[in-house]
Formats: sequence, structure tokens, C-alpha cells
Amino acid sequence: MIEVVDVSKTFGDKVVLDGINARFDDSNTSLIIGQSGHGKSVLLKCIVGLIQPDKGKVLYDGRDFISGDDDTKREIRREIGMLFQGNALFDSKDVEGNVMFPLDMLTSMSREEKLERVNFCLKRVGLENVNKRMPSEISGGMQKRVGIARAIVLNPKYLFCDEPNSGLDPLTAIKIDELIGEITDEYKITTIVVTHDMNSVMTIGEYILYIHRGRKLWQGTSQTITDTTSPELQEFIFANRLLRDANNQRAKTS
Amino acid sequence: MYLLSQFGKYCLFIASMFRNREKFGVYVSRILDECMLIGIDSIFIVVIVSTFIGAVTALQTVYNLVSPLIPLTIVGVLVRDTTILELASTVICIVLCGKVGSNIAGGLGTMRITEQIDALEVMGINSASYLVLPKIIAALITFPMLVILASFLSIYGGYLSSTLSGLVTKSDYIYGIRSDFNPGNVRFSLVKSFVFAFLISSISAFQGYYTRGGALEVGQSSTKAVTNSCIAVLLADYLLAQLLL
Repeated sequence: MIEVVDVSKTFGDKVVLDGINARFDDSNTSLIIGQSGHGKSVLLKCIVGLIQPDKGKVLYDGRDFISGDDDTKREIRREIGMLFQGNALFDSKDVEGNVMFPLDMLTSMSREEKLERVNFCLKRVGLENVNKRMPSEISGGMQKRVGIARAIVLNPKYLFCDEPNSGLDPLTAIKIDELIGEITDEYKITTIVVTHDMNSVMTIGEYILYIHRGRKLWQGTSQTITDTTSPELQEFIFANRLLRDANNQRAKTS
Repeated sequence: MYLLSQFGKYCLFIASMFRNREKFGVYVSRILDECMLIGIDSIFIVVIVSTFIGAVTALQTVYNLVSPLIPLTIVGVLVRDTTILELASTVICIVLCGKVGSNIAGGLGTMRITEQIDALEVMGINSASYLVLPKIIAALITFPMLVILASFLSIYGGYLSSTLSGLVTKSDYIYGIRSDFNPGNVRFSLVKSFVFAFLISSISAFQGYYTRGGALEVGQSSTKAVTNSCIAVLLADYLLAQLLL
């Protein structure tokens, strides 16, 4: 379980996060949603330790990640897998090298064991026979899959995805969402996804946190999100014309 | 004030490379890779620049010292001393500022903006230590070798230009480069190459590592890396000359 306690962050005189509190349960896919520039990626970066919050705590199963000692931080980091918005694959390494990298750096497995694990993870994300291809030689969707394979190669307890379907066509985006959901269920991972895609919300969102102008405005589930009375959240959800029409239709029939 | 804060940030950056280091074997392979990129890939430009520098220095010396009172062996002496003391180390390192410095800053800047450095950090890897320390060590290993190569080729370039043009005889030139040789000059040149290697690699890495923004900022980081490295090299050159000569 990951707990975010009163996390605040300011850049210059701009308050980006203002006292965020949230709890992300084990084996669940939790979504942080919100408009661009409202602080959801900053919150994710605070949770994974890429940005130091001005105040507040981030607790991984009770272990404080912000003010903990170096050993605790290292221990927690090694339980984290992350898929970045731009995939963050290493340009100088091929697909196999990218997925094997965490094993090379953080384990003492033999070459054969590492290769077996890499092939297993690549197969799990639906990629085969691409081991020797460079990241620039594969499609955006395949790069996402390689990113997911790299994120799960160390059997993480926590998986973080920053806008996993940005830049993908709707069909591939849904497949990536489903893959994240399946992996979360299969390996009992605590997954947090940052997105502004309502398809993701409806497909994989078990717990949803809505951030608006750096503050937590709403939390709940994908079943209850459309019933919200918050005008800001309604505006966000029904910005999609299809959802707006469906909601209008539902209102008429009821 | 800005300069002071940047210098403090630079010092902290250097110190951060020695905390939470990775396994020794990781560095060995990374250093070998970087030696290839920084050292071997720079040989071509070093060969071209140093040979021509030596050749032109010899011709300029002959042109400026046409006098029956001055023996032509002076050409060899001057080419040797200017090459070893200044041209091979300082000029070649200025050239390497452009070649190696921009490469380091551009590479790290691109890794920063494409979140590759963040990916390393999330994995619990000390990105500064993993990415930058091998570059600095590789530069410390290869720059002195490149400077030795450049010294040799400059003197040889001077020999070729002055003898092929018929301005100086082979025996005069060789007599010149062998007379009054001071081995301390070579030590001075190597000390300079070590200092310049550290300055160029660390300043360029610092500029690249802290790149923020997009492709435009990566270009700006490369430019800053080259400019700041050049200034640091020239300042260090002056200080070392004052202290060691």
C-alpha cells in the first residue's frame, strides 16, 4: 500500500501541489487524473522520488520514502517499476539490452537466467523476435511494451505509469491499458497510472484520484465517477463528446 | 552570485558521483566504452590538427627568422618547445572541447529530456556516477595519450613542411629538436592534459546533466559546455604556467 500524506510542492511562487492526501491499495490499479499542467505528473514524480516535495510524506507499506535513510530509499526503489511517458528506453541499447539492464545492474543472475527472464517478460507483453531491434526501429506501441517489460523484469511490488497511452492510436492505447490491468492482477502489483484519458479511467481504473489545480478534488471508483456533482470533474469527464452524448442520453431516459 | 551558485552546484555534482557507487565491473565496461568514444574517435581530428599546427609553426618560424645570424636549427627547437609546452596540450584540448565536450553535453542532455536519466534514478542507480564518472575517467586516460600523439605529430609535421619545402635541412631540424631538451616540459604538458581532461569532461557533463526543456535546450547546453570548457581550459592554462614553469 502506498500512502501520500499532505504532500505539497511549489515551483517558484507557483503552488503545484497543495496538501495532497491519498491511499493506493495493494493489487489495485489506481489512476491519477486531471487536466494538463494541474500537477498529476509532479505528484507521481514526488511519489517515486524524482521530485522532493516541500512537505508531506510518501509511505510505502509504512516506510517513509521522503525522509527515510539511503538504505530504505534504495530498498524501496528496487521494488519500483516505472513506465515513462516517452518510454525512456536507452537509445544505445537494443530491446534485449533495455529489458536486461535492471537485471545487469541490480542482480547477480547468470547471463542465461537473465536472458530467460527477459524473454519471459517480452513474451508476456506480447513481443517476440524483437530482441536485437533498436528502440528507434520499433513502433510507439512496441516501445511502450518494451517499457512495460523493463518495468516488470525485477518483479516489482509497485508499478507506476506516466501517461502510458499518450501518442498511441485508440486501439493500441486500449491494448496497453488492458496489459497494465492484467499485469497488475496477475502479479498483485500496486499500480498507479497518471492519465487524462477517460478510456483508461473506464477500462482499468479501480481507484481514481482527480487533481485540479494542485488539489485533490475528488476520489472514488470508475463506477461512481460519472455520478459526480463536481462541475470541474464533470467538465473534465464530459469533454469527450461521446461520453457527453451518452450522459445526456442517460439523463433523458432516467 | 549566479556564478557562485553554479560553482557550488558543480561541486555537489562532482561529489554526488562518489556516493552510492555501482559494482566495480559496471565501471570497467563503461570506461572502456567511453575510452572508445572519447579517445579513439578523436584520433582523426587530433592527427589532422596537430600535423598542420606543427607544419605551419615551422614555416612561420623560418619566415620570421630569416637572418644569417640565426642558425636554422632554431626551427626545430621552436617547433618542439611551442608544441610540447602549448600547442599540443592547450590547442588540442581546445579542439577536444568542441569535439568531446559537445558530444558529452549533447548525449547527457538528450538522456535528460527523454527521461532516460530519470529511469536510472527510479531504478535506484546513481545516474551521475553511472553516466558521468566513466566519462571523466576515460578522458583522464585518453587525453594525455592524445596529447603525446599530438606532440609527436606536430614535431613531425614541422619536419615534413620545413624539409620538403627545402627551407631547412633534415639534419638541422633533427639537431634542433634534440638540442637543449628539457624533459620537465613533457611533464608539464602531461599535467596540463590531465587537468584539461577533468575540466572538459566534468564541465560538459554538468551542462548536459542539468539540461531542462527540449531539443533547443540540448543545443544550448552543448554550446555552453564548449564555451565554459574553453574558458576553464584557458584559465587553468594560465594558472598552471604561472605555478609550474
